Amino acid sequence: MENHSKNHSHNQHGYGVYFLVWLALMALTGITVAVAGINFGRITVATALTIASIKTYLVLTIFMHLRSESKTFRVFVGVALLFLIISFVLLFTDYSFIVRN
Amino acid sequence: MSIQHTAAAHIHRDDVASRMGMWLFLFTELLLFGGMFILYSVYRFTHPQDFHLAAKELNTVIGTFNTAILLTSSLTMALSIAAIQRRQKTLSIIFQLITILLAFGFMVNKYFEWGAKFHHGIYPGSDTLLSKPSGEILFFGLYYVMTGLHGLHVIIGVVIIAFMTVFTLRDVITHDNYVKLEAAGLYWHLVDIIWIFLFPLFYLIT
Repeated sequence: MENHSKNHSHNQHGYGVYFLVWLALMALTGITVAVAGINFGRITVATALTIASIKTYLVLTIFMHLRSESKTFRVFVGVALLFLIISFVLLFTDYSFIVRN
Repeated sequence: MSIQHTAAAHIHRDDVASRMGMWLFLFTELLLFGGMFILYSVYRFTHPQDFHLAAKELNTVIGTFNTAILLTSSLTMALSIAAIQRRQKTLSIIFQLITILLAFGFMVNKYFEWGAKFHHGIYPGSDTLLSKPSGEILFFGLYYVMTGLHGLHVIIGVVIIAFMTVFTLRDVITHDNYVKLEAAGLYWHLVDIIWIFLFPLFYLIT
């Protein structure tokens, strides 16, 4: 049984937490739809992506249990996301340079 | 973490490593979809006006509805794991079945959505679509490829969760051995996350 408790001592959330996260996700969806009608100019896309990122953070930490996983998991996911962002940033640096010339 | 020593009679298993393996697989999925999001952002950058016009053709109501369905299915998936942890086998199976049902609902909506597009002659290679400006052709090309690939993931997810339901019924997945269900859950939540980004980028362009 020691084995089992070691494997499963983490990742225990109450039902209530999941419902709260679900409510937050639905509310954020409502906000992103409502806000889409308003034109913020350049920051319109940024607003939508920020809301999507908040939703992703909630899913990653609670639904995917990252909050209760060991630090190794969080570092892994952090590094993976960082490299994805780097590839986006580098590509756009390169691309805007090409377009300008 | 030498598990064999403490429980020699038990079959060796390492759930942390299993979950880690699943996460590594999810990172490859991240690259697959990441590449497409890069493609999308470059074309949107070069054809902002066409993307704006083309996005108006998409049905925001169906898109929002599908987002709600997928978020709810993510909830029921998480709840099925919480239930099995509490030895509530039947409840866990019910939550898994609801997840599958919601996934079917998502795909049915997708069917009607794509069907309406096809009816209006908007599908890859159609004359109607090819007569449009190049930016709109790119938008719909990306729309079909990205939501199509996402839809394929939903179908694969349904198959995986169906297997998990059978495993739970046969007590392969139990309250102290449910890492398979957790891995299926991780996959399902990733599918949800991808939709979280697809939805505003395709349906909500102002």
